[in-house]
Amino acid sequence: MTQSVVVQVGQCGNQVGCRFWDLALREHAAVNKKGIYDEALSSFFRNVDTRRAGDGPDIYKGKICSLKARALLIDMEEGVVNEILQGPLRDVFDSKQLITDVSGSGNNWAVGYKVYGCQYQENIVEKLRKTAEHCDCLQCFFIIHSMGGGTGSGLGTFVLNLLEDEFPEVYRFVTSVYPSGEDDVITSPYNSVLAMKELNEHADCVLPIENESLFDIVNKIHQMTKSGKLGSTVRQNSLLTSSAGTTKTVQEKPFDAMNNIVANLLLNLTSSARFDGSLNMDLNEISMNLVPFPRLHYLVSSLTPLYTLADVNVPSRRLDQMFSDAFSRDHQLIQADPKHSLYLACALLVRGNVQVSDLRRNIERLKPSLHFVSWNQEGWKTSLCSVPPVGHSHSLLALANNTCVKPTFMELKDRFMKLYKKKAHLHHYLQVDGMEQSCFSEAISSLSDLIEEYNELDATKGGLRTDASRLKIAV
Amino acid sequence: MSIVAVQLGQCGNQIGREVFNTIYGDAHGTHGLCSRKENEAYHDACAERFFSEAQSGVPVARAVLVDMEPKVISQTLSIAARSGHWKYDDRSHFCQKQGSGNNWANGYCIHGPRNKEAIMNLVQKEAEKCDRLSGFFTIMSMAGGTGSGLGAFVTQCLRDAFPTSFILNHVIWPYSTGEVIVQNYNSVLTLSHLYRSSDALLVHENDVIHKICAQLMHIKQISFRDVNQVIAHQLGSVFQPAHTVEADIHYSRNPLGGLMETLVPHPEFKMLGLRNIPQMPENSLAYSTFSWPGLIKHLRQMLIANAKMEEGIDWQVRPPCPGSTVPSSHSTNKLLHFNTSIANLVILRGKDTHSVDLGSFRDPSLYTSWLNPQDAFNAWKTPRAFNKYEKSASLVSNSQFLLKPLDSVVGKAWNMFASKAYVHQYTKFGIEEEDFLDSFTALEQVISSYTNL
Ligand SMILES: Nc1nc2c(ncn2[C@@H]2O[C@H](COP(=O)(O)OP(=O)(O)OP(=O)(O)O)[C@@H](O)[C@H]2O)c(=O)[nH]1
Ligand SMILES: [Mg+2]
Repeated sequence: MTQSVVVQVGQCGNQVGCRFWDLALREHAAVNKKGIYDEALSSFFRNVDTRRAGDGPDIYKGKICSLKARALLIDMEEGVVNEILQGPLRDVFDSKQLITDVSGSGNNWAVGYKVYGCQYQENIVEKLRKTAEHCDCLQCFFIIHSMGGGTGSGLGTFVLNLLEDEFPEVYRFVTSVYPSGEDDVITSPYNSVLAMKELNEHADCVLPIENESLFDIVNKIHQMTKSGKLGSTVRQNSLLTSSAGTTKTVQEKPFDAMNNIVANLLLNLTSSARFDGSLNMDLNEISMNLVPFPRLHYLVSSLTPLYTLADVNVPSRRLDQMFSDAFSRDHQLIQADPKHSLYLACALLVRGNVQVSDLRRNIERLKPSLHFVSWNQEGWKTSLCSVPPVGHSHSLLALANNTCVKPTFMELKDRFMKLYKKKAHLHHYLQVDGMEQSCFSEAISSLSDLIEEYNELDATKGGLRTDASRLKIAV
Repeated sequence: MSIVAVQLGQCGNQIGREVFNTIYGDAHGTHGLCSRKENEAYHDACAERFFSEAQSGVPVARAVLVDMEPKVISQTLSIAARSGHWKYDDRSHFCQKQGSGNNWANGYCIHGPRNKEAIMNLVQKEAEKCDRLSGFFTIMSMAGGTGSGLGAFVTQCLRDAFPTSFILNHVIWPYSTGEVIVQNYNSVLTLSHLYRSSDALLVHENDVIHKICAQLMHIKQISFRDVNQVIAHQLGSVFQPAHTVEADIHYSRNPLGGLMETLVPHPEFKMLGLRNIPQMPENSLAYSTFSWPGLIKHLRQMLIANAKMEEGIDWQVRPPCPGSTVPSSHSTNKLLHFNTSIANLVILRGKDTHSVDLGSFRDPSLYTSWLNPQDAFNAWKTPRAFNKYEKSASLVSNSQFLLKPLDSVVGKAWNMFASKAYVHQYTKFGIEEEDFLDSFTALEQVISSYTNL
């Protein structure tokens, strides 16, 4: 079995990461009743003998002793990380996995990337190597960060570069929280566009997330649980409870419910690699199947049924509804409408009591309402993991490589241009060592090129499909 | 003689286990419906073919399990062991830490050469356990990366290491509506490479088996397990012992050799399809009776009309009139659907097989003109009933059965290749555009050969 390492950068990255570790622990606790350290656990956790002094040795077999997250926590402020260290998850991390500073990046990508990047490079590399040494087959790094601020965006993409240099063989999946239109960070368009260039060039896959979408989904779940007609009951042991389990004593933070959704995304994304199933999907299959051209690696995700994201038990509706919902606009984790855009590829990752016939039936049913690019008419990747999410019978994660991400990027470009034309706030960036005006022009042209690539694909939509004429054989 | 199975990738391992399960269950079942002597001979021939004796007395499958990820193999081993009836050799498996990621090039160019020695050592050991080795039966899918890429590589190694043994590749054809996005690339690469080193490719299409599960087995929620059981039944119906020569009291000695001899008269034609009737839920068996003439009539029409199962056969399709090379205009349409054969093998199991008339399969108009019709057809029989079916008939056919699926896979892959989509994922591991072109050319050749029968 392989291992993955999570690198959580900045306030957003660490808060989401924190939810991820909490839910991951609960998921494994629910599956692993015997308390034996197994392969599934080993993908995200080390088992450490803490009775020994210092950095205890890893225990590969036998009882769970002390689980340590395969993670690196990076923030240029102390607040969030300190809170984690005082919270219920404190035992999962130790001081050797942390990199913090006191002054923050002032919502400035250049400070995060250039200043802190330079300053902490060695420290980061050393800690990454240490984490990697504890893995016998490191397969993937998951970076969790936001695009709008300074640390997550700047230092996060700096780490992405480091990873490529230091571990070229290891996959780099990035979960990026994009700023919404009314973001309170004025410079967020700059930071996001500068970060996008790095994501374009150095990530294997990017899972874009928009807070607006998370917010809407949380509200929707809220309404579902309130409206009595669904006959919902509180689920004690589902993964999203804030009232049960390890976080009992902690006041729920406003972002927690939203962050739980992202945490679930990562859990479902990796479930088939961690647990058994009749059709496994290893992480290396994701980019192989979903990335037809190197830069087009942005995957729009949706999680259904929504109630698996809440601590409620809504009477199970038709299984097929779960599949339909995965394609509807209001279940996407960014503001996008895949149904009315062009699919390059689509993956359906199913967990629980769902069989291949359910997959086939739904693919055949949904296919006519979706547009696929001419050369990938059967662009489906499917997986079946036998272990459902905690407290539920089944779930679906859909990953779409779809031109519907384009509007998000175009909007970002517009907001960038509005500032950039006036040269607003530019001086804050240009005064940072190593930051030139050309960084801005290169970043925006990288984004424009990406948008253009999607445009070209969109232009083929609805056109006549002609088959490439086949090779002729001399008979 | 013995057959060594090589189970590759998730698909190969899941199906392989089901095959051994079926074979074991059938050989030890109490529904043989034949003389005690016959039953014993059948049982012994089966044991020699597929199992070796362990000290513990539990039969050990003659198999090598290969995957690049550990989960499937460990599950396969433990489910087999839990059956208590048979098991895999504890040492006869090989896995690594991560799969080939659905990348044929990764399996073929990286995992293959890197693990060649270890895998071939296991194969060698398994082969040495056989007093007489008939050959190898590899089981794999062509859509993933390990079964397909590593499978193609291992097949080449088998060919080099065992030049005189037979190699039959069992290949799972992916659902045509898509389940691995690069499945058509992987399939084109797999088929073209297997065509070079394998003696024959025996194909099961997931779509077809899925339909059988739904329409004949009446399974509501179909799992891979269900699909695999149908596949295992069909394979068992071919590979379980049978008498290859009329009135011979001995069971055939070289099952793979016999198969190839009948079915593969020319190296350009290696694609074998399999049909089996009847198939029904176990609890309906007791209430059903079948007559041989009825079964044979169906099976023959399934052959000429290229029907995938006994339901929905087009009974209008007829063989072309003897002597007329140019069909008369009104029958052209039907003739278009006529499935021309190179060679066919029918296997009958159960009651009264000796009296069955198979003349309708010997009809020269079923076959391509360049082969002597006498050589193009063969039948194997045994009075031993198979897997609880009082009567069971199987057809292994080297015909135009797979022409359409092949043409469709090549066409889809070619469309994708024209856009260059996903090609970078392969060049990363050392498969160049040239290699793709070679594979396309090879398969267009196969398509053209089968088309022009
Ligand atoms: N009939 C059947 N098909 C299966 C089964 N498992 C997988 N498949 C098919 O196999 C193809 C996927 O290939 P896998 O066997 O999973 O891949 P692999 O050989 O393990 O290769 P990698 O996972 O890429 O390393 C798809 O066409 C699946 O439908 C099974 O148990 N039965
Ligand atoms: Mg696999």
